[in-house]
Parts: sequence; structure tokens; C-alpha cells
Amino acid sequence: MNNFSYTKVTDLQHAVSLLSENKDHKAVAGGTNIIDLMKYFVTEADTLVDINRISGLSDITDTENGGIMLGALMTNADTAYHPVIESRYPLLSKAILAGASAQIRNMATNGGNLMQRTRCYYFYDPAVPCNKREPGSGCSATKGYNRIHAILGHNDNCIAVFPSDMCVGLAALDAKVHISGSQGERVLPFADFHRLPGDTPHLDNNLQAGELITGLELPEEGFSEYYSYLKLRDRNSYAFALVSVAAGFDIEGGLIKEARIALGGVAHKPWRSAEAEDYLKGKTPSEEHFAEAAEIMLDEAQGFEHNHFKIALAKRAIVRNSIMAMNPGSQRPGAKPSL
Amino acid sequence: MPDQNNQSIKLRVNGQDHELELRPWVSLLDALRHTIHLTGTKKGCDHGQCGACTVLVDGKRVLSCLTLAVMKDGAEITTIEGIGTEENLHPVQKAFIEHDAFQCGYCTPGQICSAVGLLSEGKADSREEVQDLMSGNLCRCGANRGIINAIMAVKQDMR
Repeated sequence: MNNFSYTKVTDLQHAVSLLSENKDHKAVAGGTNIIDLMKYFVTEADTLVDINRISGLSDITDTENGGIMLGALMTNADTAYHPVIESRYPLLSKAILAGASAQIRNMATNGGNLMQRTRCYYFYDPAVPCNKREPGSGCSATKGYNRIHAILGHNDNCIAVFPSDMCVGLAALDAKVHISGSQGERVLPFADFHRLPGDTPHLDNNLQAGELITGLELPEEGFSEYYSYLKLRDRNSYAFALVSVAAGFDIEGGLIKEARIALGGVAHKPWRSAEAEDYLKGKTPSEEHFAEAAEIMLDEAQGFEHNHFKIALAKRAIVRNSIMAMNPGSQRPGAKPSL
Repeated sequence: MPDQNNQSIKLRVNGQDHELELRPWVSLLDALRHTIHLTGTKKGCDHGQCGACTVLVDGKRVLSCLTLAVMKDGAEITTIEGIGTEENLHPVQKAFIEHDAFQCGYCTPGQICSAVGLLSEGKADSREEVQDLMSGNLCRCGANRGIINAIMAVKQDMR
């Protein structure tokens, strides 16, 4: 790590003004990603601003429109095991518990989960070119070992994937991101928070310098009756997803009234398809219809030398997970495939 | 130039208070091992991938390698040295011996702290849940079966 200064703040406005006035200051909460990135010299900071002691951001509160607000500084574990999340938003609980390890979930915060960076091995290795780490230097992954990389939304600049599980659940649930900055507060729909690489692969998301995430708002509908999270990876637990999928369905009279399907591990952000979800509306929840929705979702997928398998894997994961969602009790610890 | 001034912090480790002067970039792991000389907590990968550095902070299992010591000012920390004594082993320590839950022993302090954290969380019931919630602790000798057997035995005794 580079040598840095450290300061603790207890007030949100103080944190925001420190961070917006000093470009080399970075916020630290759980620390599980930024401290690791600093150890690898991928991230450097002049000063770390410890935001853990800011009050009022560590709980769950009801919103006026029947939903809830998740505090940005609540830990992932406290969120996943909270009775309100377990009962009303079990999809989010399952997604969180599919990620990282028990120790890391005890440390990592909800806001930090959105801010974590890709685990592309070339991004983590300062000895090789990477447009995300060093804009304009090139992408080592496109012609490298790209087994874990993107099949959707990528371009020649960057084929990294966003590694979060929690965010795949938040995308499916249509969460909103509440943000505080020196200009005041603003709210972004979840789909507009993270970015595709485009010409600026070094920007993972639309949070501006000096802004902090304060909360994640969930709407009233939590799809608590028909939901499932499935995560496929090279080992059964404590590994990043090759493909993951979050699904929530509202079913009335045997027909799908509303469908939500979000993919993780396939793109620079959690991936949804309005076309696929619209296709399922009014259909029976059958394997055949889920397979057609999967075809629509992966229609434009393009693989690379080592990750073509992800296209077929993602389609099968969508079908399998949608069937699991019809019987949420069939889900196993750690979001493994049902038996 | 960054300000390299030391920070003064207080840590309560295994029931004993410590006042420390530390550089901000010193991890909790290094502070425990090098400053307080409690070397039971092990440095495996130093990147949050192996779990060897697991300790309990305010009762919760965390990775001391991914925590800056200065972030834990005022916290209560339990390391393997505070879990039990040679004369009075913790039930998890006894079970690890009875169930052959280690070979080289390097991951063991982290495994035991993690298991103690898991038991107090109370979220693991079945063997499959215990396996999933212990997956943050790797054992490269392959004693995993013994480790899970030991934890299941302690859970059985707690009933």
C-alpha cells in the first residue's frame, strides 16, 4: 500500500465536503475491496476518510410508498438476515448470501457492495495494460485468458464483468440508489447506476467525485412468493459467479403477471432485458416459455476464446432458476442448483 | 506528501486493554501479530481469500487482513489466544482434536474463530448450511471433513 493519512468523520455533510474538495481522498467503510486494491497498488489514496461512524445510515426504514430504505452503512450480513428482508425481499437475502464469505459479509456494507470493482485478473495486475486501470493502455483480456469475462454489453475497450451478487438482486427488484453530494441529494434508478464500458471503461458507475451513496430504496413489491437466486461457479461456495441469475415472478390465475430476470457475471453491470420480461407476461410459467425468454436475453451475446460456454450456461441457468422460483423452498444454501 | 503521523487508538484484546500508536496503513492482523505480539492469528494470503486471519471483532467474525487497525479504535477483539486456555479448552477446540480437524494447523486458529462466530450467529442448522457458512476458511491439507464434523458435534452438544 502507499502511505496515506486517515481521518474519521461522523457527519455526512462533512464527509461529502472533504471528498468533493480533495480529489485524492477516498471513502472507506467495510474496506473489504478498497484495502485489497490498495495492497495491490491498483488504487491509491492520499487520505482515507472513514465513514463508518456517520449516524442514521445503518438501519432499515419504511418509505412513504410502502417500500423500504436500506441504509448504505448496514453490513451485508445484517441486511440479509434482517426479518424484513427475509420475509418481504427474500430474493435480496438469497443474493447477498450467495456472495463472498460469512466474514466478508460481516464487514462489507450495502453502499460498498455497489462500489466494488471488477475481479478481472488483468485489472488487478499493474504490470499489464488495462483500460479500466489505466485509460488508453489497452485491454489484456480480449486476447488473454477470458474465462470469467463478459458476453454482453462489452466492446474492445473492456470485457470485464461486475462481480456483485447483491446487485443482481437489487437490479431485479428495481431498487433506487439515494446519493448525497455537495450539490444536494439525488436518486438514480438501479439500472442507471452502473455503466457499460463504452469509451470510458475506467468509470464503473455514475457516482460523481465527492458523492456518497446514502441508501438503497426498495419498492413495495418484493416477489416474496415466487423467487430464486442461482449462482454457478468453479467451486460451490466463496467464488465469483461465472453466471448468476435472480428471478422474481408475480403469478395470477396460473399466468405470469410480471417477470423479473437479472443476470450476473455476464456484463459490466447486472443485465436485464425488457423484451424477455415482456414476452413472459400473460404466459404460463413453463420450461418452454422460460427457454424462449432465455433465447431473447442472450440473443446478442458474444463470447471470446475461453468463455463461449457462458452463453449456453446462462440460458440454462435462466430456465433452471425460473423453475426453482416456482418452488422457492427448493433453493439450497449458497444459491447452488436445486437437487 | 501524505501526513504520516501515527494515530493513537485503544483496542481491548482478549479482555486486556492496549493503547497503541500506529500508522494508518497497518492492518489489524499486523497490529495483533507485530505490535501486540499475539501470533496465534495467522497471515495466509493477506488478501481476504483464505480466512486464516479470522478474529472476532465485537463478537463478529471478520478478516483482520482487510481491516485497518485504526478503523477498530475502541473495539473488543477476540483472537485464538482468547478463545480458551490449555487447561480449559473451548468446546470447539476440544472437538477439533476429537474429530481430527487439522493437519499442519496453519488455518486452525482462523477455522476455530470462524466456527465460534458461526455458532453465535445461529444461522447454520444443517451440515450443508455449516459447510456453506464455513467456506471463507480454506484448509489446504484437506481436513475439511473433520472440521465440519467437529462443528456439527459441538452443535449437537449445544442442543
